[in-house]
Amino acid sequence: MTGTEDDTVEGFLEALLDDDPQTLYDRAPCGYLSTTPDGTILKANATFLDLTGYSREALVGRKRFVDLLTAGGRIYHETHYAPMLQMQGSAREIALELICADQRRLPVLVNSVLEKDRAGNPSVIRTAVFDATDRRSYEEELLRQMKRAEQSEARATALARTLQQTLIPPHLPVIDGIDVGAEYRPAGDGSEVGGDFYDFFQAGDDWVIAIGDVCGKGAEAAVVTALARYTLRAAAVQDASPARALTLLNEALLRADVDRFCTAAVLRLGRTEGGWVASVCAAGHSLPIHVAEDGHVAQLGMAGPLLGVLDEVELTDTTAELAVGDLLVAYTDGVTEARSPGGDFFGEVPILGFVSAGSGSAPEIARSLLEAVVAFQEGHVRDDIAIVAVGIR
Amino acid sequence: MARADQHNIHVAGQTSGQPILFAHGYGCDQNMWRHVVPRFEDRYRVVLFDHIGAGGSDLTAYDPVRYASLQGYADDVLQICEELDLTDLIFVGHSVSAMVGVLAAEAAPERFAALVLVGPSPCYIDDEGYVGGFSRADIDELLASVDSNYLGWSSAIAPVIMGRPDHPELAQELEESFCRTDPDIARKFAHATFLADNRGDLPKVQTPSLVIQCTNDVIAPVAVGEYVRDQMPNATMTLLDATGHCPHLSAPGETADAIERFLGSVLPAGR
Repeated sequence: MTGTEDDTVEGFLEALLDDDPQTLYDRAPCGYLSTTPDGTILKANATFLDLTGYSREALVGRKRFVDLLTAGGRIYHETHYAPMLQMQGSAREIALELICADQRRLPVLVNSVLEKDRAGNPSVIRTAVFDATDRRSYEEELLRQMKRAEQSEARATALARTLQQTLIPPHLPVIDGIDVGAEYRPAGDGSEVGGDFYDFFQAGDDWVIAIGDVCGKGAEAAVVTALARYTLRAAAVQDASPARALTLLNEALLRADVDRFCTAAVLRLGRTEGGWVASVCAAGHSLPIHVAEDGHVAQLGMAGPLLGVLDEVELTDTTAELAVGDLLVAYTDGVTEARSPGGDFFGEVPILGFVSAGSGSAPEIARSLLEAVVAFQEGHVRDDIAIVAVGIR
Repeated sequence: MARADQHNIHVAGQTSGQPILFAHGYGCDQNMWRHVVPRFEDRYRVVLFDHIGAGGSDLTAYDPVRYASLQGYADDVLQICEELDLTDLIFVGHSVSAMVGVLAAEAAPERFAALVLVGPSPCYIDDEGYVGGFSRADIDELLASVDSNYLGWSSAIAPVIMGRPDHPELAQELEESFCRTDPDIARKFAHATFLADNRGDLPKVQTPSLVIQCTNDVIAPVAVGEYVRDQMPNATMTLLDATGHCPHLSAPGETADAIERFLGSVLPAGR
């Protein structure tokens, strides 16, 4: 250190030593007030007078702290600030506005402590007042942004719910001789569009049930989901083979140049003389379950590859005769891959239990299976769940 | 869940004593009565609760429609009375809860033996021939104050206020959270409180009532206390030396004295 710097430091130290307590008080970089416990101002430092434009005489003994606040601020003071001070002995970072001598409003942040005498009775309130003009306008901007964000979020959620409703039929068809049930539960709070879908529609004299899962969620997945749903509808009208419909969907996905794959299963039900015949094909999707009237449970169909990945997919239809009392259930992986808080998977075994119990109509079975899966996850549904059930009457 | 469970109810004092229910006002919670309650525990069955949305109440039970008017809060009081089987009840209500008590006594007068109204105001906004002390613009300013103190609420502290004892690390902050609640609820409660006009209910309540009025109360001025006394068929008023809006905090002794004197004068002796 050079001699010159030494001198400078000493010069500063001397200035500090000259800083008598009165100067420290008056020239502190914040306003200071001392008031009686009921708020009557006893003392104010020069910084406070500078901030507000009042003379000492106008305040001391004449005004209470609340008298300097806006009407709204007075209510806030009486309902929050004063009780906090009395209960806790201090209150911190309270945002208020002071009315200055020229009626200007000064945004401030206020900290107070309540001092007590030896007998424990409140004796004086000491208050530090910080000019918060810039901070307040910044915070107001933050508040505005937050409200805007909340509104956008509400709009986005509403939009997601509306969009979601377009990905499943608004209501289930009434089919002579068949009981149909379907359940859908989006992941989380439903604020995002899910990737699961299902559909029931008529193609000629047959009924077609489609169920699928597009990877991902949100608007981009919804585009693919819509594409899948309408492609399967169009294909099923042209061709009776579920395998052919799924092949067309594979081609449509590749052509659409979307970076998303999809799983799907299609069941086509046609009337025969004695009942119904089902042709089934699944691509990357869990095989539908067939519960025969006698309680025999079997998976229906052959597992095929995911759609939207390979140029060529080999898919095969499987057919099964259905008699009165038979049940078909299809579902997405939101069921099998549901996890308990402990990390266990729901899996396929409980599904077989549910459907083979033989109790209830198709809608009841779909509903109770959904409830079981939601309960298994203790209500925290992490993936979309879609379930369709068809019972032959 | 029974509604009473959602109100963070505390019962103290004499099990077989006459019940006295303390209702807190806008801004804080039942802790406000801390210094007054001990004076009543030797003779009465003391019941404390938090309004839904305040203190340790179940915030998930907050229903913006039910609580859009003070009637929702009065219905809660009556439900608590029913679930705890409170009859011959002394109701002590501060600030907005004074009017909640008036509404409850209007709806079920048979339950109430006496009303104590601390700093009541049936209408905060000035009207023709009536001085409430505030204008509509003032109340909008209050709502802005609630908003600018929004920052006192954070998602980290929310679980504490909502009564989540599984977060002991936040216990320290609990003390600081006194008088703080979800700003959205605070704003709605402010609406229900400060935009209410219950002047028409005062003449309908025959229950013996005491208005406890502070000198220099910026929220409920003396003229408003006198108005409440004059409009209620069976009311008297005690003007305290205490200033401010919360005499049960700033002058608990004087407040308890006033309540005791009143109860001694209106209730049959020997209970």
